[in-house]
Amino acid sequence: MAEAQPIVPPLVIPQEREGSRPFVQVLHDWIVTVDHKRLGIMYFSYGILALVIGGIEASIMRAQLAVANNNLVSPEVFNQLFTMHGTTMIFFAAMPIVFGIANYLTPLMIGARDMAFPRLNAWGFWMTAFGGIILYFSFVGGFGLYGAGSAPDVGWFAYAPLTSPAFSVGHSTDYWTIGLLISGFGSIATGLNIMTTVLCMRGPGMKLNRMPMLVWLNSVMAFLILVAIGPLTAAQLMLLIDRFLGGHFFDTQAGGSAVIWMHFFWIFGHPEVYILVLPAFGILSEVIPVFSRKPIFGYNIMVAATVAIGFISLSVWAHHMFTVGMTSYANAFFVASTSAIAVPTGIKIFNWVGTMWGGKITFTTAMLFSVAAVAQMLIAGLTGIMLAAAPFDWQLGNSYFVIAHFHYVILGVIVFGVFSAAYYWYPKVTGRMMSETLGKWHFWLFLIGFHMTFDFMHIPGLLGMPRRIYTYEASRGWQTWNTIVSIGVIFQALAVLIWVFNATKSYFRGKIAGSDPWDAWTLEWSTSSPPPDYNFAELPVVRSRRPLWDLKHPEDPDWKYE
Amino acid sequence: MRSRNCEWHNSTLRNLAKRALLGLFFVTVMGWGATGFALGPSSTPSIFSPDSTPAHDIYHLSLFVMAVCLGIFLVVFSLIVYSIVKYRRKATDDDREPPQIYGSNQVELAWTVIPILIVVVLFLAAARVIHAVEDAEFPPNTIEVTATGHQFWWEFQYPAYSFTTANELHVPVSDGSHPTPTHIILLSADTDHSFWVPQLAGKIDLIPNRRNEMWIDPKVPGHYVGQCAQYCGMQHAKMLLNVFVDTPEDFQKWVQQQKEPATTSDQVAAGRKVFEANACMNCHTITGTISHGRFGPDLTHLMSRTTIASGAAPNTQDNLTLWIKDPDAIKPGCLMPAMQLDEQDVNALVAYLMSLH
Ligand code: HEC
Ligand SMILES: [Cu+2]
Ligand SMILES: [Cu+2]
Repeated sequence: MAEAQPIVPPLVIPQEREGSRPFVQVLHDWIVTVDHKRLGIMYFSYGILALVIGGIEASIMRAQLAVANNNLVSPEVFNQLFTMHGTTMIFFAAMPIVFGIANYLTPLMIGARDMAFPRLNAWGFWMTAFGGIILYFSFVGGFGLYGAGSAPDVGWFAYAPLTSPAFSVGHSTDYWTIGLLISGFGSIATGLNIMTTVLCMRGPGMKLNRMPMLVWLNSVMAFLILVAIGPLTAAQLMLLIDRFLGGHFFDTQAGGSAVIWMHFFWIFGHPEVYILVLPAFGILSEVIPVFSRKPIFGYNIMVAATVAIGFISLSVWAHHMFTVGMTSYANAFFVASTSAIAVPTGIKIFNWVGTMWGGKITFTTAMLFSVAAVAQMLIAGLTGIMLAAAPFDWQLGNSYFVIAHFHYVILGVIVFGVFSAAYYWYPKVTGRMMSETLGKWHFWLFLIGFHMTFDFMHIPGLLGMPRRIYTYEASRGWQTWNTIVSIGVIFQALAVLIWVFNATKSYFRGKIAGSDPWDAWTLEWSTSSPPPDYNFAELPVVRSRRPLWDLKHPEDPDWKYE
Repeated sequence: MRSRNCEWHNSTLRNLAKRALLGLFFVTVMGWGATGFALGPSSTPSIFSPDSTPAHDIYHLSLFVMAVCLGIFLVVFSLIVYSIVKYRRKATDDDREPPQIYGSNQVELAWTVIPILIVVVLFLAAARVIHAVEDAEFPPNTIEVTATGHQFWWEFQYPAYSFTTANELHVPVSDGSHPTPTHIILLSADTDHSFWVPQLAGKIDLIPNRRNEMWIDPKVPGHYVGQCAQYCGMQHAKMLLNVFVDTPEDFQKWVQQQKEPATTSDQVAAGRKVFEANACMNCHTITGTISHGRFGPDLTHLMSRTTIASGAAPNTQDNLTLWIKDPDAIKPGCLMPAMQLDEQDVNALVAYLMSLH
């Protein structure tokens, strides 16, 4: 399959930067870089590091919950663990990872030489990075003047008034607030950058309706960032005013409102889910067509569904608040809007199946992860429908059922999508192939672990187990389920280790990939692997959604049909 | 107490399995709504064994929603499996690309319209139950209770009978011939909490500066369990809910007893003196005495409760002693301080507390 020569000749820039230069110089290059590919790699690696840290936190929690009345960690530590786990995974693992993928691929896919604002790009990365460092610095600095607590223990959505000075003494909550505030600035910068790049930097012939699906999904993601991070920033500022300047926005002891915090947080929090899942949808929409050897089914409606999801996702936030005692009309409204989002999501699933239908599917590791993600999105969507029926949510909300549901989305779809992307674009980024044998081990172990953990996690929720409890009574009958859930973690951890090993080994030993190892169709495969600085020697002219298909099949080009 | 729980637990699991199977059977074969009979309380508070109208309505809705979801799952999952099995590349395949299909408007229309119809139906079903539960009317003999969440215990006030108790809620059974639902006002003294007894009703949060409400009308007497379902601080995990559904006679008896001031006797005067000479009285109320604290649970009829510290430990002499010496030994991080009393004072105190029937 592999093409020996890039289809478009690369821009030859003397590569004297690499090679035997001293480590400090190389490090310096990376730190001051404004190159979208390097920043993409940095975002991605930073996210993976956070993923591992957050994963360790999760594993300790699962060890604690594996048996009833366990004393492995104290309640205080457990509360810090779930706070740090949630915050780390959402803000410092998932977001940097999807930003990394967007940064690396957006210019390559639309035929641009870099992002629109390279310096802003670097600034955004470092803001995000510092945000995470500040959050983790709480372990050292959180004792503050009062010697109370270290890491924050208010939960990742930090409901008021637990965060008010009366209930959260010391500075741990401040590290949480300021860490998120700062990383939020970075996210806004990235959102702005992706948006501008897509609107202004497309190469010749790359019309909006010829953009690869991943680029479309990333632009809707960028739009959601611009809309959703604002409320979070505002809420964090108000909280800071409460904590340092004697404000009373959320200070219920002085007449503040706990519910206002919930609104602010979830107006951010729900679109956030889509900020993370849309790029994953984008990955599936790139990988599935290539390995089914067919174009994406229903491109136009896929784009329309994406835009619809983007808009509807702004009007569903209070489904996180079905239990706060809203009126029956408000509850009914959010049932309607939340269920409505199932329609465009369903359309996406159907179109992925439509893409595979009639194709010739090769099950590379990348494809395996993508197909599993489609099936898991189906299940996550259906448990989402269950949660969207407000009365059902009065039972399921804040129970382990919800935890299982959103981990199905975040692991089952987003992380599976990211793994798929990791196998699919690894040859482009490093110039070498990853081992498929190890890849299959990674896939199957992760799949088994994932289903052991998150399928069985629904059950204790149905049996009345609330989230965020550090232990439970044996008489509740939850132990068996929790043990199974915890054992699954071992498989997942093993799988991730295999992946890290595979990526490291392949970097040095992997088969040379060539520019287009998958016989793919989008522009990033037209340049060498890894792409040279500034990506393209001459900007390729695009006449359809699959420019490389046109080049490879001059007798039957796509543009005749679009 | 523990061993009884264990027996419950086993039979519960069996019941659960039976119910799950039955539920599935009814859902798939006979359509929704045929199940739903009261089995009584269980130590595993499954949302699928409702014993009170709100939980029951939710249960029915949930069967319907799950049946729809199961249907969708079977159809779409089969499509996925079929397509990856049927269209995988075979060894005999040549190198040619498969036919390039770009889409189909008819198919797209079908898989847009059908889901919209399903969503409309689901919305109507949910809206009906929202209305039935949230906008319910109450008969005049409804029992009123005000539940206030504290870090990390529950306060229950019965305004009509003017007494206060803690952690263990008693309500009368509400059978068809004498409906006596209980209407619960939910308040919070500090952070958010959530009142969740799955067999009786869905959860509703207790939020400071806000008045929420819910109602239950349990059909079968017995001991229902649940717990706080909104993270409220260090000991959120040990903020258990115990609801005792009494027969009307038992409930009246219980109310009469709770309305009485605390019993006093000379035998425990020493303990009472320790209680009143220490900060105990600043945090706890014992009616009929000078103790009027409201920070901790009302202790007037402490011994009428089966557990202490919101279900953290059975209410026994040993546990009371340990609790007074070092509350953190039972519930680390709870808001009652260890009072550093000497052995003699502790024993006197426990004797006093044990006299509060
Ligand atoms: C600073 C206030 C405070 C003081 C002083 C205090 N308590 Fe408490 N007490 C509490 C709180 C709060 C609880 C509930 C703890 C929980 O369940 O989390 C409690 C619970 C109890 C309980 C269990 C009640 C139940 O039904 O669960 C007993 C018994 C008790 N205290 C006895 C005492 C005695 C005796 C003293 C004096 C030696 C005392 N308390 C001093 C605050 C206080
Ligand atoms: Cu949401
Ligand atoms: Cu709680």
